[in-house]
Amino acid sequence: MLDETNSGNVLVEVRDLKMHFPIHAGVFKKRVGEVKAVDGISFDIFEGETLGLVGESGCGKSTAGRAILRLYDITEGSIKIDGVEIGPTPQPKLREMRPTMQMVFQDPQASLNPRMSVAAIIGEPLDEHTDFSKKEKREKVLGLMDAVGLNRDFANRYPHEFSGGQRQRIGIARALALNPKFIVCDEPIAALDVSIQAQVVNLLEDLQEEFGLTYLFISHDLSMVRHIADRVAVMYLGRVVELATREELFRAPKHPYTQALLSAVPEPDPSLEEKVERILLEGDVPSPSKPPKGCNFCTRCPQVMDICKEIDPTGKEIAAGHQVACHLYADT
Amino acid sequence: MADGAEPVLNVRDLNTVFKTRSGSVHAVNSVSFSLKPGELLGVVGESGSGKSVTMMSLIGLIPSPPAQVSGTGVEFGGMDLLKASDDELRRIRGARIGFVFQDPMTSLNPVFTVGYQIMEPLRKHMKMNKADARRRAVELLELVGIPDAERRLKDFPHQFSGGMRQRVMIAIALACDPEVLIADEPTTALDVTIQAQILELMHELRAKLGMAVIWITHDLGVIAGIADRVLVMYGGQIVEHAPVKELFQHPKHPYTRALLKTIPSVRGERADRLEVIEGQPPILRAAPTSCSFSARCEFCFERCLNENPPRFDVGHGHDTACFYDFDANGPRHQPNMAMTQLAGGVGDAG
Ligand SMILES: Nc1ncnc2c1ncn2[C@@H]1O[C@H](COP(=O)(O)OP(=O)(O)OP(=O)(O)O)[C@@H](O)[C@H]1O
Ligand SMILES: Nc1ncnc2c1ncn2[C@@H]1O[C@H](COP(=O)(O)OP(=O)(O)OP(=O)(O)O)[C@@H](O)[C@H]1O
Ligand SMILES: [Mg+2]
Ligand SMILES: [Mg+2]
Repeated sequence: MLDETNSGNVLVEVRDLKMHFPIHAGVFKKRVGEVKAVDGISFDIFEGETLGLVGESGCGKSTAGRAILRLYDITEGSIKIDGVEIGPTPQPKLREMRPTMQMVFQDPQASLNPRMSVAAIIGEPLDEHTDFSKKEKREKVLGLMDAVGLNRDFANRYPHEFSGGQRQRIGIARALALNPKFIVCDEPIAALDVSIQAQVVNLLEDLQEEFGLTYLFISHDLSMVRHIADRVAVMYLGRVVELATREELFRAPKHPYTQALLSAVPEPDPSLEEKVERILLEGDVPSPSKPPKGCNFCTRCPQVMDICKEIDPTGKEIAAGHQVACHLYADT
Repeated sequence: MADGAEPVLNVRDLNTVFKTRSGSVHAVNSVSFSLKPGELLGVVGESGSGKSVTMMSLIGLIPSPPAQVSGTGVEFGGMDLLKASDDELRRIRGARIGFVFQDPMTSLNPVFTVGYQIMEPLRKHMKMNKADARRRAVELLELVGIPDAERRLKDFPHQFSGGMRQRVMIAIALACDPEVLIADEPTTALDVTIQAQILELMHELRAKLGMAVIWITHDLGVIAGIADRVLVMYGGQIVEHAPVKELFQHPKHPYTRALLKTIPSVRGERADRLEVIEGQPPILRAAPTSCSFSARCEFCFERCLNENPPRFDVGHGHDTACFYDFDANGPRHQPNMAMTQLAGGVGDAG
């Protein structure tokens, strides 16, 4: 893992990325607006580091992850992977790059073919992108199953014969098959029990150390993000509102949204649970098709000021490597 | 909850076996528990330990074949659900027992709008007209915190984010004011703030409507915050059962103890490496004849390899399926707990 100096090479550079989904209405399916799922985000991911991406449900994390891997044709912006601009690259040309960039999906079910055995699912990318012999392939697949904590004896079973958590591990094993460089992990451990979450997180860390992997780790589980991420970006309604090193973010969160988010984490000890001080957010989450005027968070912010309802704050570096988009920090 | 209230759901000795091409899988082994009105029963356990299959079995959601579901009984509303006809079960599901599935994409139909899928049970079970069903659907989506609810009725599931789909599932399960809600990992895709909102909603519905809830989760923080009692499952069995505080303060099964150690925290020291429970889960080829945790257990002794431990009553409404007695630091000398006593719901003592 990387230390805080961020002296490494930038592997992924995202600038002003926008992904808007059109809204159609009426019999003629006229375009009446758009869902601004990702609305201008910028950050770098250094080689060998893990950037955590957190934020509330629907704020655009998955969309951002998918857009960066160009699973969508993006609305606007630039994405450079290893110095190569892939923002406007047409889909067929992206195929060659696919083995180096992988994604572990949020819905394991949707990405597993029910008619293929587990061994076939995990081995599928090997068929497509390597010339392994049958025996080599089998070895690799069994090794991957060990690595993610799936019993080898299950290699010939079908996805429906597995529990939810076991299915998620199948997806992770497959993503790892081609030794990718950059992996977008979209809530990869949400469906797992804590011990297996820990196994998978330890595994991701081991693989990172061994192969210098780079991760974008999307999660709403802040305790896991705190464990695995080197730096953390916090999203709210299509924007990145704060970005800092893990230590900074958890020790001294600056954006009122980050502060509320951290305070809301449930405490796994009923005797402590009652003592935790929480900042409760009031008000409705605005829709990404109608973001409010000014700061996106102004409708729920406990420290809202007049200016927040007028002017959209831009990201500012308030300390080395610590960016915040909030008017409270305008003069620092 | 009033002590001694009649349970709304009483599950006695439930077993589920899958017959697959590669042999049998004994996914649920002799599971007994009960649930009282207004109560929230948390269910935790290792991935693959049978949490989902248990709950789906008891309301007839496991296709048979390949599965065989058997048991002494699943009592609900004066009926035995194990003997109920498919028609009766269909009428109960979605109306009197709401179910939130673990994987929202498999239970939301991709070709129907979300609005249609919420309104359908309202029209079918509650006989609402279209306008009323629509109003109720908007209200439900707002309850689970979906912005712009009215407009989103016409959207299809793929247009929702992962966490929104989960909330749509919760809205559907709650549509007909069920007596029992079974929620299988309902908040895995939700961030903490929205999760808190959903938990608050559960609280209200339990207090207002006396709805009883079974909440399956791996998030022990959530369990600590909302459960009255907790079941811990391992290898298709209930290995520990206790009121929530008692469980966290005095865990008595080695699996539970190991599980509690694995939780990372956002507060306090950050560990360099996360704790895991070493070893592999059991394969469940046959009904257990030894303790299913023995291979991974540091307290294992000879008896554990020769007998499957029954659930021992350790007082305070707490029972554990383990031959090791942590209070005596040695093997347990205690008669088994009678099955009838278990099924009656050892409930909220303590
Ligand atoms: N259709 C099936 N055929 C064969 N085995 C099955 C089938 N469905 C489930 N199983 C097995 O039954 C066991 C229990 O699965 P279940 O889905 O109940 O686990 P779970 O406790 O809900 O786990 P998770 O936390 O991962 O969701 C698992 O070992 C699983 O592999
Ligand atoms: N294909 C699509 N068409 C229209 N709207 C979409 C589409 N995909 C996503 N959206 C919308 O974009 C917004 C962001 O969705 P996204 O899935 O990125 O959220 P998320 O941050 O990953 O949330 P979660 O934590 O719940 O998974 C949501 O309002 C969602 O409804
Ligand atoms: Mg998502
Ligand atoms: Mg499950």
